[in-house]
Amino acid sequence: MTVTPLLQISKLSKSFGGVQAVSQVSFDLNEGELLGVIGPNGSGKTTLVNLISRFVKPSSGKVIYKGRPIHSLPAYKIVRLGIARTFQMVRPFYQLPAYKNMIIPLFSPRVKGLVGGKYGDRDAVALDLLEEVGFERDAHVAYKIAGALPQGYLKRLELAKAIALEPDLIILDELFSGLSLAEVASIVPIIEKLRLQGKTIIMIEHRLKELFKIADRIIVMNYGEKIADGPSSEVMEQDEVKNAYLGTE
Amino acid sequence: MKKRKERIDRGIKVRSEDVFAVCSWREMLYLSSPRWLPVFIFLTLPLLLGPYWQKVMLSVAVFGLLAISWDILAQTGMISLGQALFFGMGAYCAGVMNHYFGISPFITLPLAAVAGGAISTLLLLPVLRLRGIYFSMVTLILPLMLVRVIEATKIFGGTEGLSGMTPLPSIWIEIYLIFGVLTAALFGFRRMLTSDFGLVLKGINDNDRSVTNAGINIYWFKIQALFIAGSVGAFAGAFMTHVYMFVGMPVFALDYSILPIAAAVVGGPGSLAGATLGACILVPLSEVLRGIGGLRIVFYGAFLVVFIVAIPEGLFHYAQRKYHQFERWVEVEK
Amino acid sequence: MLAGTAIYAIINSVILALMAIGFNLTFGISGVANFAYGAFYVLSAYATWMMINLLGFSYPVSVLLSILITALLGAAMYRFVLMRVRGQALSEVIATFGIGLAVLELFRYFGFVGFEYNLPVFADYSFFIGGAFVDMQRLLIVAIGVVLVLGLWVFTHHTSLGLAFRGIAQDERTALTFGINPDKIAMLAVAMGAGLAAVAATVIIPLGTISPEEGYDVLIKALAVCIIGGLGSTGGVILASFVIGFAERFTDSYIGSHWTMIVSLAAILIVLAVKPSGFFGKQKELEERI
Repeated sequence: MTVTPLLQISKLSKSFGGVQAVSQVSFDLNEGELLGVIGPNGSGKTTLVNLISRFVKPSSGKVIYKGRPIHSLPAYKIVRLGIARTFQMVRPFYQLPAYKNMIIPLFSPRVKGLVGGKYGDRDAVALDLLEEVGFERDAHVAYKIAGALPQGYLKRLELAKAIALEPDLIILDELFSGLSLAEVASIVPIIEKLRLQGKTIIMIEHRLKELFKIADRIIVMNYGEKIADGPSSEVMEQDEVKNAYLGTE
Repeated sequence: MKKRKERIDRGIKVRSEDVFAVCSWREMLYLSSPRWLPVFIFLTLPLLLGPYWQKVMLSVAVFGLLAISWDILAQTGMISLGQALFFGMGAYCAGVMNHYFGISPFITLPLAAVAGGAISTLLLLPVLRLRGIYFSMVTLILPLMLVRVIEATKIFGGTEGLSGMTPLPSIWIEIYLIFGVLTAALFGFRRMLTSDFGLVLKGINDNDRSVTNAGINIYWFKIQALFIAGSVGAFAGAFMTHVYMFVGMPVFALDYSILPIAAAVVGGPGSLAGATLGACILVPLSEVLRGIGGLRIVFYGAFLVVFIVAIPEGLFHYAQRKYHQFERWVEVEK
Repeated sequence: MLAGTAIYAIINSVILALMAIGFNLTFGISGVANFAYGAFYVLSAYATWMMINLLGFSYPVSVLLSILITALLGAAMYRFVLMRVRGQALSEVIATFGIGLAVLELFRYFGFVGFEYNLPVFADYSFFIGGAFVDMQRLLIVAIGVVLVLGLWVFTHHTSLGLAFRGIAQDERTALTFGINPDKIAMLAVAMGAGLAAVAATVIIPLGTISPEEGYDVLIKALAVCIIGGLGSTGGVILASFVIGFAERFTDSYIGSHWTMIVSLAAILIVLAVKPSGFFGKQKELEERI
């Protein structure tokens, strides 16, 4: 018996006015897997995320999720099916306290019925979720205005917003970028916990060392194409990958 | 010696933010007087005024509603330059229902509010998919073009308009009806905007990608906001039709677009109470200035520019700050 | 009949394009939607009129001076009002709208309305082309329209200032890193938009009279053309001008002049429903500027 992959991507392409940002990328993703996507700057990683979450319309190709084509659905419907993503550039609602930032994902039709909506029920759920990603409740960090929070907390907030949607597939777009080693070290356990809950995760990363510790499988992209795909220990040995990262000699 | 102003929350505000406020009459009064005072004024003022100023109060309420409608849209990120569209739609809906079918004003008012809001929403539907300036542009030109359409096709009485509407039974009913609606709209929509639903609307204004990313269809929420705001404006229009017993092309006039914006900007954009406050100041002021005729609109224009550049927070936020905080001068540390 | 209508439709289209091009240029470069555009149009016409009739200047001097004055006023509006509220869409829209309103209503208040408020035509004779009389003024409008569009194209593609303009239009931050001062460029863009409004007024006003109404009218037409063409796209403006221009003129001749406004309105609504960003809207729906 073969297991149907959770996400199947076949020959996905996108060009921006002649520039091929993503070309003919195909891969499958099984349930519970943690896939890392790496590649030099401008290799099309973020565009790939945008194509899956449909913030950008694909030029051609298919995205099939749970056996159902989703590449022609609008972005908000894709989220409702259970694909949540974070943004590389965090842009919270700066004037609101951190926990109020969580209200919008909690208002989403996907989880609206689960959290209750009377007399600040959502606020309570929001505080719980934030504690889960490391907003210490005793220190009242969650009540601070988002604009006053340091980058590390904003990234956690972004992660919490994705978790709040109770997704099956989480796409993390450069979650670790701009964070210190200690901060990364404190976020890694949260991701591992998500895996134990059975979530499928795609991580776009530049911090290879941290990524390789937790990823099951790595895809390497260069110039919009997938140049390698395999277990984390093997990919970096391939010549093409070395060339992409270190330049051809 | 350099000094700077320090603003500190009043003790009573800090204390009364807790539930314990109900333990003290003083604190309850502090909390509730900003709400009760305007209601009390609306209730008693008509009794003290003569017929002329009673009519002015009707205008205050109507423009207050239009300003509230503008502010709901502005908080959702849609800057309307054509409140006259909503006003005129409501006015014509009520006029047509009453003139051709003889329906009583008490039925045409709510019906016209809903129908006017729905038609305006339908007309503006295509623009909702775009951000920013398109909405302003389309709202500005729609009422001005609709005037010419009515002029050209001679529908609904053409340039003559429709007259002979049934008036509301008495001035008292008119006044208390419109002020009832104004108060309900002010407090009701204020509450709506602070609820989770309102947070989503404000989120769309702030960062719509993030809202989409929460699985929320922003167009559907924009449509809801537009319909709510449109209905509020349409109610004001329908009401004026029955007061003037006439509906015609002037209902799409620029005045109905500009005065509400001026009111909201002067009162304080981003708060419905500010919009109402602005209408309460500007409408009587424009009555006083009636003598200078066309120059009034020049003043509105100038008001808009001065307030938006120099006092962007508006009067309401200023008053609110004075109420909740006190100030003192402290030395600047070197 | 057909040829005559077609000729007048072309003229009408060029008039529309002339009216819209300044608004479009300003928006395309600086992102400022100048709702005082109609006011600048009327202001320049009154300025020319006053210089000719009250100060006794010669016609060419008056025209050049008034174009210059209008452009300077545009720059002043940017420097003293818009710069303070830069980047806040709400404030920009309301500030320009308020200025336009105040200027137009001020003219109305001082009673600048009537047939005597008119600008001279360049040359007063007409031709007989394709079964219709066409006067020299209208032919000149077409010629000036073509020259202006070509001139703008050369300017934006082959001069360093024009290239800086395009740089700002594409990405303000990147342009900043190349040492282009966005405020200066935006000020120039607003000034040029105002100047173009003055040029349009100089050639178009002689066909009618100057009145504050004209200001609102020009703003509506400029907005309509830009909405249909797609904001910030010169090609879109030209195409949209021709679509509306032909539609209006042909309805006028074959259906009745009552219907012209309805045709424009319907055109706007249909285009918006089918393609919300206009024919050549540069920005895609979610990436919309502002």
